[in-house]
Amino acid sequence: MMISANLNTYLIIAAVLLIIGLYGMIQHRSLIGMLISSEFILNGAALNFMAFNRFVAPNPAVGQIYALFIMGIAAAEAAIVVSIIIAVYRKYQNEDPENLQDMKM
Amino acid sequence: MIVFEYIAEALFYALVCLTFTGGIVAVRAKMLMHAVLGLAATLFGVAGLYFHLGSPFLAMMQILIYVGAVCIIIVLGVMLGNTPDQLAAKNLTGRNLLLALLACFTAFISLFAAVISRTEFTSATEHVGDMSIEFVGESLLLQYCLAFELISVILLTAILGAIILARGGREGKTS
Repeated sequence: MMISANLNTYLIIAAVLLIIGLYGMIQHRSLIGMLISSEFILNGAALNFMAFNRFVAPNPAVGQIYALFIMGIAAAEAAIVVSIIIAVYRKYQNEDPENLQDMKM
Repeated sequence: MIVFEYIAEALFYALVCLTFTGGIVAVRAKMLMHAVLGLAATLFGVAGLYFHLGSPFLAMMQILIYVGAVCIIIVLGVMLGNTPDQLAAKNLTGRNLLLALLACFTAFISLFAAVISRTEFTSATEHVGDMSIEFVGESLLLQYCLAFELISVILLTAILGAIILARGGREGKTS
């Protein structure tokens, strides 16, 4: 049996993506780095949805629609985070997350 | 026929390698621009995996939305960011780095064990529709109309919020 036609393979790849995102979230000390890591986590989730869609689900449209939904969420999230970074940069002249301790801009 | 299967299998390995390499580059990079490049490589790899999962439409969307839009937005954010040496000095080192690696490794092992010793997922006996774009579009507009409308509203709200957040204070102390 081909390894690319196996549900477990995709689940493990998605788990690795999740862990890479988690590690990047801890490792990076900048808002952009954290944003990049969160994209990894979202991709792992979408890959899981697609894998279950292909191998388990009775309706093959559901997983694709969910993955599209996740893509839309990720795009909205990226736009919001970048505009927050612009606002933070204007206020503090750098983008160190340590500065963001109060909500007041 | 069998030759094509082997080619597809080899491509699958290549895509997995691309995905993981991009991920490692993204989290270990000293410069944020390299991290964005790693992210783009990973997104291409995941698009190829979607192709393997039988959905060329989603692979195209992945390249269009993630690589085309999200990465460009992030690059825009990077251009406002730190100089490279500042970033490198601030990343974790020594004992903290070891602890982070250990925590992530433990989490991965527990997930891996959960996948290996899983409950048996049984494939559905009867399928409706297929993986085609026509069926996805039809479902999106009829059965899953709510998801379609919700994502529209989310994107509209995000655009408005981004504009308000980013342009506040351009004319001095207006906000």
